[in-house]
Amino acid sequence: MTSLSDQLLHRIRDAHKRRKLTWWERTYLPAVARGLWLTSGHFWRNLFLHLAHRVGLFRDVPAAVTIQYPDERRKTALRMRTRHRLMKREDGTPRCVACMMCETVCPARCIYIVAGEHPDPNVEKVPKSFDIDLGKCVYCGYCVEACPEDAIRMDTQRHDIAAYSRDGMWLDIKELLNPGTRAFDTAPQKFIQLSVDAFKRLPPTPEPPPPGLPAPRSARQAGTSIAPSA
Amino acid sequence: MWLDLGIKLGVSALVLGGVLNFAGMQTWLERKQSALMQDRIGANRAYFTLPWGWAAPINWLLRKLGGIGILNALADVLKLLTKEDFIPAQGDRFLHTLAPFLSVFFAVLAFAAIPIGPDVQLFGRTIPLQVANINAGLLAVLALGSLGVYGVILAGLVSGNNLATLGGLRAASQVIAYEIALGVSLVGTIICFGSLDLPTIVARQGVLLWGWLPRWGVFLQPLGCIVFVTAGLAHTKRVPFDLPEAEPEIIGYFTEYSGMKFGLFFLTDFVEVVLVSALTATVFFGGWQVPYLTPAGFQFPWGSSIPVSPLAYVGFGLLSFTAKVVAFIWFFMLIRWTLPRFRYDQLMHLGWKILFPLSLANIAVTGIVAVMTR
Repeated sequence: MTSLSDQLLHRIRDAHKRRKLTWWERTYLPAVARGLWLTSGHFWRNLFLHLAHRVGLFRDVPAAVTIQYPDERRKTALRMRTRHRLMKREDGTPRCVACMMCETVCPARCIYIVAGEHPDPNVEKVPKSFDIDLGKCVYCGYCVEACPEDAIRMDTQRHDIAAYSRDGMWLDIKELLNPGTRAFDTAPQKFIQLSVDAFKRLPPTPEPPPPGLPAPRSARQAGTSIAPSA
Repeated sequence: MWLDLGIKLGVSALVLGGVLNFAGMQTWLERKQSALMQDRIGANRAYFTLPWGWAAPINWLLRKLGGIGILNALADVLKLLTKEDFIPAQGDRFLHTLAPFLSVFFAVLAFAAIPIGPDVQLFGRTIPLQVANINAGLLAVLALGSLGVYGVILAGLVSGNNLATLGGLRAASQVIAYEIALGVSLVGTIICFGSLDLPTIVARQGVLLWGWLPRWGVFLQPLGCIVFVTAGLAHTKRVPFDLPEAEPEIIGYFTEYSGMKFGLFFLTDFVEVVLVSALTATVFFGGWQVPYLTPAGFQFPWGSSIPVSPLAYVGFGLLSFTAKVVAFIWFFMLIRWTLPRFRYDQLMHLGWKILFPLSLANIAVTGIVAVMTR
């Protein structure tokens, strides 16, 4: 006589055994028919939706799950950490006081700051150069958390970073203050040192889009759609 | 005499143009249909424009065509024509070049016997819309279709590549396993229609069964139709029967082919899909017949009738045949993108142990019924 647990075990084993196929199932025809039903259902549904979209109907029902990437962009998550930017004071100089907290906390050691003197005695210091090597950056966001001045943020909503070389992956201080101004195929001005007056002469920075919206195009991509207007 | 030759050439041009265009457009159909089945968008980028100002309407059309991916077929051909034509050092130069031509030649030649429409009466002359009126047309199509595999076997054997040889051998065994079922499944239809002549088979499908059902092969021979379509699918060497090319296992018989020679093998596959579609439509789905349409006009089972002019009758016939062929191409493409590839032993099991006995049983049952109802 087997114990109750043994009986349960046998039952579980039987339940997990592959069911023996019936004669009709072994002809393979019902499975083929079900498969063809499924795929042709998708075909006709999507064909109908594509045609309906052409005449402006059912626009809110997508006919495909794919996103036409350079033309369409995906919504980013609200808490997504994207490329860095440096915040500015009202006079155009960086808010950064070159305290080296971010450079110290950075686990990838990808931040390089050269400190300089600020003419305003209340500010004391300003970075002459501020460079981030995105080739090394791990997007941990520690620099943002360490900053006592809220001078560095990771909210540009830019996450498509391409370059022809490792040096091209660097963000110089100009690019950090005005994200998206440098085209990806021009080399960054690595370790360029700017004076306070030069900071004030930089163009004003537009606010990045609010999180959750599709990201803006880079300088090079904007306006050069390769897709025919189908 | 010269006029007869001209008419024949015209009909051949019509058939050949239709077949090659259908085969070429299948690259587009394959991309777009698979995309729609898989919730994708598919090819929509390749296009070109002309630089001149007067070409603006043409450019508009080219953009639209590029937007639905048709111009990708053109880009494919350009790519294939400009690629290096590589012949391996260990291969046979002459046979290596011959194989793709042999392959596509027989596939295209088989269309000669297929009637694409009813006879045209023009200027007191009867023009059959069939290239060659062979009185055993069905046998000719099957024979030419089977010969097509020589190109594949040849390609596998002369490439001097083990994987290609494997592909060629697989093609040979697959063709033997399926060509028999393909031929035998048609015997029942031959019993039903009492002829090997394709125009006669089509003409005998033009009458009605019990006064309302078209006397099509598929209603007389449902089992024969299923076996024929399955075996025909195997004949086209496409998924789920693409053992000879099976890219993930062996690269296939065209491993050592590049450029347009590879393109010809690709074209052969598509031409064979058109061939099997046309043959299925001809033998089992009434060929160019439209249900309830007689040369006098539409005559519906409920008594009403619409007269149709002779030329419109030809037009309806051509349209009907084209629609049937397109529907079958679509159906084969649907199967190709739905079912996974058979394993080699499953393929042999299906061919020899299921399809072949089924088609034999079909002959026996058809014979008995034919004798009883005579």
